[in-house]
Amino acid sequence: MAEDSLPIQFVAPAQRNEAVTLAMWLLLATEALMFGALFLSYLIYRLLFPQTFAAASAQLDSMLAALNTGVLLTSSLTIALAIQAVALRRRALALWLLAATVALGCSFLILKGYAWYTEYQHHLVPLRGFQTDYSALGSGAQMFFNLYFVMTGMHALHLSIGIAVVLVMMAYVAWSDRTAMVTRRVGLAGLYWHFVDIIWVFLFPLFYLVV
Amino acid sequence: MTAAQSFQPIDPPRPFALFPEATSTLAGQVDAVYFTMLGLCGLVILLVLALMTYFILRYRRGNLRADRTHRWPRWLRHRLEWVWITLPLLIFIAVFVWGGIVYIRIHSMPADALEIHAIGKQWMWKFQHPGGQREINELHVPVGRPIKLTLASQDVIHSFYVPAFRIKRDVVPGRYHQAWFEATAVGRYHLFCAEYCGTMHSQMRGQIVVLPPQEYADWLRRQELGSSLAAEGAALFRSYGCSGCHGANSSVRAPNLAGIYGRPQPLTGGGTVIVDDAYIRDSILLPQKQVVAGFEPIMPSFAGQIGEDDILKLIAFIKSLAAEQEIQP
Amino acid sequence: MSAIPQTGSYLDSGYSLRSWLLTTDHKRIAWLFLLSLTLFFFLGGTAAALIRLELVTPTGDLVGQDTYNRLFSLHGIIMVWFFLVPSIPATLGNFLVPLMIGARDMAFPRLNLASWYLYIIGGLFTFATVISGGVDTGWTFYTPYSSMFSNTHVVLAIVGVFVVGFSSILTGLNIVVTVHRLRAPGMTWFRLPLFIWSTYATAVIMLLATPVLAMTLLLVALERLLGIGFFDPRLGGDPLLFQHLFWFYSHPAVYIMVLPGMGVVSELMAAFSKKAVFGYTYVAFSSIAIAFLGFLVWGHHMFTAGQSMYGSLAFGLLSFMVSVPSAIKVFNWTMTMRKGTLSFETPMLYALGFIGLFTIGGLTGLFLATMAIDVHVHDTYFVIAHFHYIMVGGMVTAYLGGLHYWWPKITGRLYSERWGQIAAVLMFFGFNLTFFPQFILGYLGMPRRYHSYPDEFQVLHVLSSAGAVVLAFAYLLPLCYLGWSLKYGRRAGSNPWGTTGLEWTTSSPPPKYNFEQIPRVDYGPYRYPIVSGTPPTETRHG
Repeated sequence: MAEDSLPIQFVAPAQRNEAVTLAMWLLLATEALMFGALFLSYLIYRLLFPQTFAAASAQLDSMLAALNTGVLLTSSLTIALAIQAVALRRRALALWLLAATVALGCSFLILKGYAWYTEYQHHLVPLRGFQTDYSALGSGAQMFFNLYFVMTGMHALHLSIGIAVVLVMMAYVAWSDRTAMVTRRVGLAGLYWHFVDIIWVFLFPLFYLVV
Repeated sequence: MTAAQSFQPIDPPRPFALFPEATSTLAGQVDAVYFTMLGLCGLVILLVLALMTYFILRYRRGNLRADRTHRWPRWLRHRLEWVWITLPLLIFIAVFVWGGIVYIRIHSMPADALEIHAIGKQWMWKFQHPGGQREINELHVPVGRPIKLTLASQDVIHSFYVPAFRIKRDVVPGRYHQAWFEATAVGRYHLFCAEYCGTMHSQMRGQIVVLPPQEYADWLRRQELGSSLAAEGAALFRSYGCSGCHGANSSVRAPNLAGIYGRPQPLTGGGTVIVDDAYIRDSILLPQKQVVAGFEPIMPSFAGQIGEDDILKLIAFIKSLAAEQEIQP
Repeated sequence: MSAIPQTGSYLDSGYSLRSWLLTTDHKRIAWLFLLSLTLFFFLGGTAAALIRLELVTPTGDLVGQDTYNRLFSLHGIIMVWFFLVPSIPATLGNFLVPLMIGARDMAFPRLNLASWYLYIIGGLFTFATVISGGVDTGWTFYTPYSSMFSNTHVVLAIVGVFVVGFSSILTGLNIVVTVHRLRAPGMTWFRLPLFIWSTYATAVIMLLATPVLAMTLLLVALERLLGIGFFDPRLGGDPLLFQHLFWFYSHPAVYIMVLPGMGVVSELMAAFSKKAVFGYTYVAFSSIAIAFLGFLVWGHHMFTAGQSMYGSLAFGLLSFMVSVPSAIKVFNWTMTMRKGTLSFETPMLYALGFIGLFTIGGLTGLFLATMAIDVHVHDTYFVIAHFHYIMVGGMVTAYLGGLHYWWPKITGRLYSERWGQIAAVLMFFGFNLTFFPQFILGYLGMPRRYHSYPDEFQVLHVLSSAGAVVLAFAYLLPLCYLGWSLKYGRRAGSNPWGTTGLEWTTSSPPPKYNFEQIPRVDYGPYRYPIVSGTPPTETRHG
């Protein structure tokens, strides 16, 4: 079967494409509100403890985070190009671009992991059983790190899902001949990837550039 | 657990009623808004029910004589929609504004009020009068005088609720809340915890005893007559500044001493200690020796500054906190 | 477009367990939800019965206070998340949305099935919570009690709610996409039945509100498991933040619970008045207005909780605004009867009961939005009575009304009309006897979640418990006669009520793929009278 068969509930391929694209956007809206709860919490606690948040932010490695921002933005570029390559049926190029996306995503996670490890060594991780020392930062400091670890953790979780999705897309590109289906799915994966990047673009100034 | 089960909350005896007594200056105002709403809403319900009944009778399938032609023209139907959108809204907004004004009064603290501190903890209300008199689950107040309550919680969210006064205030841990009332009639009234706070939430109730001013003054005096070693210890507890850190409302994190006497406490670095006279004495004079787990060793030593007699009074005071705990779990 | 060769009714397309558990047919998935929801309804109902039994005496001697606290928490969690939220959208919604808009299935049938499995997994976690000793935080999970003080299985219960939340997100997603993209040719937005409008509005709220709840509960679980104290006042955390986030979901969730019921009642009023709904566009847009305004009023749960006074004023005013679209619906339903040809079969009795009970529930909501009154009645039985009038008097009544109305379509069988009417009337009186005394109790000051209470409240509590007995009996009746009808009921024709709507143009029960030809729709809903012999819609051939 060279083309994917249309499920019974759709009358035309265009109708199906519109439906899945709408579904993806709705899913992203859902995700946005999920993060929205965290952004709201951040806003409230930052208004409560402005000085502490600035002091606590200074404890984080902003150069590393800036590098990571660059890594993620580049990955957004590679996946956008990959979508084009799939549409143009340039299979080898598409595979290379998707592989680059995965590599960049993994680099981000490794750098992020390194940052977390450094923070663990500085006793900044507010987990039960971990030794913490926020004495120099003022009251509310733990709240900053609560937010920091939960939000960057949630983001890393979403990025991991994104990497898994892109790996599946690579398998589709490599082995599937159903071009329409592959193009549609890679496009949706790209939407998700961009969304995860955008979340980071918001996280970066909130945690690293607090004045 | 059995002790907890057998504990009886204080309920002032009240007769069966369908409407609560209104015995504060605010109660009448709240009731006025309530009755206005009741009247308006009653009208709306009657209108809907009357229309429904009429239509049901007239347009039932069996009634063949009903005229089912001549439906209303389009413009009339639209006009009708806008009438029933705007008219009730305007009327009800007026009631909302009125209710809002009363709400603002409930939240505006009077300047010349008698100030009483109230602490909610699982599962009791503790009150402290300006003169130092303390009560548990019972609050004596004079009639005809505004009372301002400063409310704090030691653990979870509680809610201070006196139905007869129509006041309710949630008490969220980590912040102070204020509420006020002025009782207009002598008597005993329910005090409830209105925010679910755990196992014995429904037992966290007591009474407000409203007395004539003279009797209130007498009551206060009687309380002071009972002043004991523990009461003197309580005064010392403040004068030495202990309450600055160990008080329930303190901003410094120090162990809360209520109810710890005779109980084991976990220590930093492992192990436990039973809180007895010796341990309390050590803790005052050599505070870094055995620090309760979870607290920083920041208490200064009082060695050389405090006499043994005063230490005994303080111990008696801390003991008395435990005794309260036993009577009112 | 091509015709689909028909293979008989969806009920005959396979009899194995596998053909049910792995089905992607929206009609069969509706059945899966219907059966599991019914199970949870009676589980939550049992908890309610025990609560009412306990409250017959003021001293609290039937069950201990810890047991009582677990019972009302269980009752709330099950009834809210495992019955009311999915009730109409996942059963009637699932069954009817494709049929009503002229589609052969939901847009994502496998996602639809996944939604049911998530519901079951969430349900299993809830069962696990019960078996391991329960949870005692109430369905609201208020911090810091839930995060720092409760010694019960809070995390287990939260996982259950978290998972079932994703079930509801997937159902919402499916409904929104289906309504947007799968409407039959000619089925414009203003030709949609009002049930679709309200279910659509519900689905939008499910999509946008549920993730906030999921995240909020996750934070409570993180605080309990890992010590990340988001709401811990000792770390500078604010327990009120939890309440803001919780009610940002849970107030819109109230509309998730009642909007579909409003949709059902709109259908029933038209069907049994044999007349178009009065003010169709007003009723349709009022659903959207409720969905929108519902997101702006969460703060009215916190008038006494210490939020700023001006914040409270704004939330109070917006809460008055949200009553407007509800009032529009009530007035329009009433006027729908005017010049109609009314008949009073079981579904109509439920619909009339809904209007009465919902009106009382809605108007008492105005009492609560009037802030001075709310200070007094907040967290008392007044609130309990108010939301039970909306949730039980409103939603459960509408759910049963809808179930009776579409039962011939779903099963192809007719139930006993007499028993149906008896149950509907019994339910109405039982409900009022149970919950009306609670308004009086509430204004007297009886706080909610009390295991024991002062003696003078006993008379009203006994009345309420007596009503609960009637109500319990009335809820068991449909289980009997509807169950009976499955095997012994007379066969229903394709349109037993003689009403409009695409679903009634299919056979009863409908064929596997609903429509042999996708219908073409040339006019709006509720075109009465139906002239016998001509179906309300034509089919386009070729």
